[in-house]
Amino acid sequence: MINFVLLISRQGKVRLTKWYSPYSQKERNKVIRELSGVVLTRAPKLCNFVEWRGHKVVYKRYASLYFCMCIDEDDNELEVLEIIHHFVEILDRYFGSVCELDLIFNFHKAYYILDELLIAGELQESSKKTVARLIAAQDSLVETAKEEASSLSNIIAQATK
Amino acid sequence: MNPFSSGTRLRDMIRAIRACKTAAEERAVVRKECAAIRAAINENDQDYRHRNLAKLMFIHMLGYPTHFGQMECLKLIASPGFPEKRIGYLGLMLLLDERQEVLMLVTNSLKQDLNHTNQYIVGLALCALGNICSAEMARDLAPEVERLLQFRDPNIRKKAALCSIRIIKKVPDLAENFINPATALLREKHHGVLITGVQLCTDLCKISTEALEHIRKKCTDGLVRTLKDLANSPYSPEYDIAGITDPFLHIRLLKLLRVLGEGDADASDTMNDILAQVATKTESNKVAGNAILYECVQTIMSIEDNGGLRVLAINILGRFLSNRDNNIRYVALNMLMKAVSADAQAVQRHRATILECVKDSDASIRKRALELVYVLVNETNVKPLAKELIDYLEVSDLDFRGDLTAKICSIVAKFSPEKIWYIDQMLKVLTEAGNFVKDEVWYALIVVISNASELHGYTVRALYRAFQVSAEQESLVRVTVWCIGEYGDMLVNNVGMLDIEDPITVTESDAVDVVEIAIKRHASDLTTKAMALVALLKLSSRFPSCSERIREIIVQFKGSFVLELQQRAIEFNSIIAKHQNIRSTLVERMPVLDEATFIGRRAGSLPGAASTPTIPSVSLPNGVAKPVAPLVDLLDLNSDDAPAPSSSGGGDLLQDLLGVDLPPASQQSGAGQASKTGNDVLLDLLSIGSPSAPSSSSAVDILSSNSSNKVPVSPLDDLSSLSLSTGTTSNAAPMMDLLDGLAPSPPTENNGPVYPSITAFESSSLRLTFNFSKQPGNPQTTVIEATFINLSSNTYTDFVFQAAVPKFLQLHLDPASSNTLPTAGNGSITQNLKITNSQHGKKSLVMRIRIAYKINGKDTLEEGQVNNFPRDL
Repeated sequence: MINFVLLISRQGKVRLTKWYSPYSQKERNKVIRELSGVVLTRAPKLCNFVEWRGHKVVYKRYASLYFCMCIDEDDNELEVLEIIHHFVEILDRYFGSVCELDLIFNFHKAYYILDELLIAGELQESSKKTVARLIAAQDSLVETAKEEASSLSNIIAQATK
Repeated sequence: MNPFSSGTRLRDMIRAIRACKTAAEERAVVRKECAAIRAAINENDQDYRHRNLAKLMFIHMLGYPTHFGQMECLKLIASPGFPEKRIGYLGLMLLLDERQEVLMLVTNSLKQDLNHTNQYIVGLALCALGNICSAEMARDLAPEVERLLQFRDPNIRKKAALCSIRIIKKVPDLAENFINPATALLREKHHGVLITGVQLCTDLCKISTEALEHIRKKCTDGLVRTLKDLANSPYSPEYDIAGITDPFLHIRLLKLLRVLGEGDADASDTMNDILAQVATKTESNKVAGNAILYECVQTIMSIEDNGGLRVLAINILGRFLSNRDNNIRYVALNMLMKAVSADAQAVQRHRATILECVKDSDASIRKRALELVYVLVNETNVKPLAKELIDYLEVSDLDFRGDLTAKICSIVAKFSPEKIWYIDQMLKVLTEAGNFVKDEVWYALIVVISNASELHGYTVRALYRAFQVSAEQESLVRVTVWCIGEYGDMLVNNVGMLDIEDPITVTESDAVDVVEIAIKRHASDLTTKAMALVALLKLSSRFPSCSERIREIIVQFKGSFVLELQQRAIEFNSIIAKHQNIRSTLVERMPVLDEATFIGRRAGSLPGAASTPTIPSVSLPNGVAKPVAPLVDLLDLNSDDAPAPSSSGGGDLLQDLLGVDLPPASQQSGAGQASKTGNDVLLDLLSIGSPSAPSSSSAVDILSSNSSNKVPVSPLDDLSSLSLSTGTTSNAAPMMDLLDGLAPSPPTENNGPVYPSITAFESSSLRLTFNFSKQPGNPQTTVIEATFINLSSNTYTDFVFQAAVPKFLQLHLDPASSNTLPTAGNGSITQNLKITNSQHGKKSLVMRIRIAYKINGKDTLEEGQVNNFPRDL
């Protein structure tokens, strides 16, 4: 299973963290510090796996962002690389050629997408289309709620004028 | 409305934070935002609650404390609208984890949302539950999740399936409830549901053997068919990755088949064909294809033997290994490691390639390869492999050298065909990476050297040469100093020249030079310097011409600030100056160290090593000593000791050495000197078996002083490992018994302190007593014999005893003698428990117990906590 997902920028800034195994806040900070030290310093042509505290960290760099997933000893590293790519493709479709700034300002969207992809550290959906459809449906739910709210406040505003 | 909270939008806050030039500026912005959010929370501001939470999440991601926002998550989750719930659940998963008490408060909202009419809200709740639920929540909400496994919308079913995985991992007892709904998922067509269903079944099989049997019997054929259909399916754009339809599903199916096939020939037989097909037909030019092949190879290796498939699998790995892609090579090495146990011969064929990988520029690959080489070594190939590794040691990265050195030492020690080869290789390692060599390793080397009497001259000369080039390697220096001290005369006189050696000329003063360099070198640590002092004392007798110079060097250390060195210097100086007549006997050559005892002791002392790291260091010269030259041995004993206790300990030893009687030493240990030294002194006395061997009273003394110190069993264990017996000692029997190890196996009271048995639990109907014993050599582990006695007049059936212990303990339960407990007076049940206390000496044992049984078919449950364990268990 995937124990956690980390997105780190090349400067070592955290862009997304998702913990599927219990880590206390202190441990989380330590993990992030340690791993960004390890992952960011690896040369480009090396393999995408790092052994770390009895686990394996699979990472892949896309532009300025490192996507890291920490898995158990006997998990399939190559598959996790493919999961990372799957995630990136979905982000790309959603944001329209995604860049780091998209993930900074819309970090919650990135989390929503990840939640449609992984639960309990396991893959949930292998179809990019399905994920996109589910996210779109939920986004439109939010939009309608907002519209209702604003029209409601308009009515109230009118009435109290 | 709060003037602050309305101020900035999420976007503006992120901009402001990004615009900060320094960390201090960033902190200021965050502090201001946090203050505003707190104010809004205090005012119970509703309109901006979701925005504030979003801000908090961002701040949290930057690493600032955000605990004050936790309750806001709960409020948002409790509100009716979807947008609020969506952000609320996100905050819950981000800001909280399963260990926070606040989480319990959300159980009710979760329950409601799991029953919500809006399926997206059900989805949110499932997602949150799957990601952070605790054991209690899992128990409370499992029925809801179980029901949702049959929900009409497949997207909910797949979420429920993953949520179930979390639940059964948290509460394995619940696994059986999920078996039927989970197997139903395997018949689905929707890929998401199928993927999650397969995953759920895999985890179920791992947790419950009942599930494994059920799924193996009912679903293997179906799964094979599903995989076959998938592998043969035509192009489908929705699931296609690099020309393969849904590799994720492929992999999960293969994984489940592996679990089902393991240890079951029939199931393995069913899947042979499809595995062969996947292994041969899958394209291997993209990551996805290789991921499937990798999984397939793992499955082939794990299921019951099929020669043909294994060959296929090993061939795939061979292809992987020669791949240019580092990722593929990494997984190949990883997989070969597992294949070694199945087919070592086939893996050996790739040895050369694997050896190349040890030298790879990529640390991950190097590490894997080294581990693989380590398991591939055997008697026939050890020489070339060790040579390759040692050659590589020279050029390896510094951070890899520690691992590499440890592995080489272990290989060389395990498979060395002859002593001279072992010594040669070890000298090479010491020369290249002496600073990475662990203490046990060079102790072992000294033991071997000491045993190879025909190689003494050769070794000391080789060490002398090595020292000339690598004087900065600490452990090389130590071994050299020790050998020169012992065999210095052989170095100078070229005794025992072998044909392969080049002759060298070393004068007596050259030999002393080496020791002097070692003792004066700034980087030498206390151990090295102390060893050097001992070597000097020995040389002073071996090289009379240098005696004066040696005395001068020793005298310089009389002013050392390190007490240990100062004391030695003073004592040695007085030996040289005043005791010429006994000096030569005093510094005789060390007797041959006993290899078997050393190895035995090393194995025995390993568990204790964690709590008292210096034990192994003192144990070598001390425990292996033969009584022939006890005095020399005593001198050496201290060389590795920690400085603190030895100030007095050293004195005692010296007194012993000068013929002072025993009682002072044992009294002293009783008087609370650092227990470690105390033990060793006593031990030594015993192992020497000097004429004034302890009388029975002092043997008791030893025992009692032991029970009050922190490692009560180890000295006794040492005794038994030397096959001595206190029984014999206390008879004031002649020392010969001790010396020759003729004593019969130790009597039972020798196995460790005796602990009183306790009544661990007593109710009106049942009594439970514990008897304790310790295993020799393992003070942390206690063996408890639990005896259950029925106090009523009914026979108890289906009797089950369960026990739980806190984390610092490890508990192993052996099967009980019976599961039926006859009525009072007609017998009892016994069951053995083994407890390992990782905090031995610091914390006492504690245990919670539960006893379940049936009286006339009616379930009865008794629970209790056992706190009355004897201390020091």
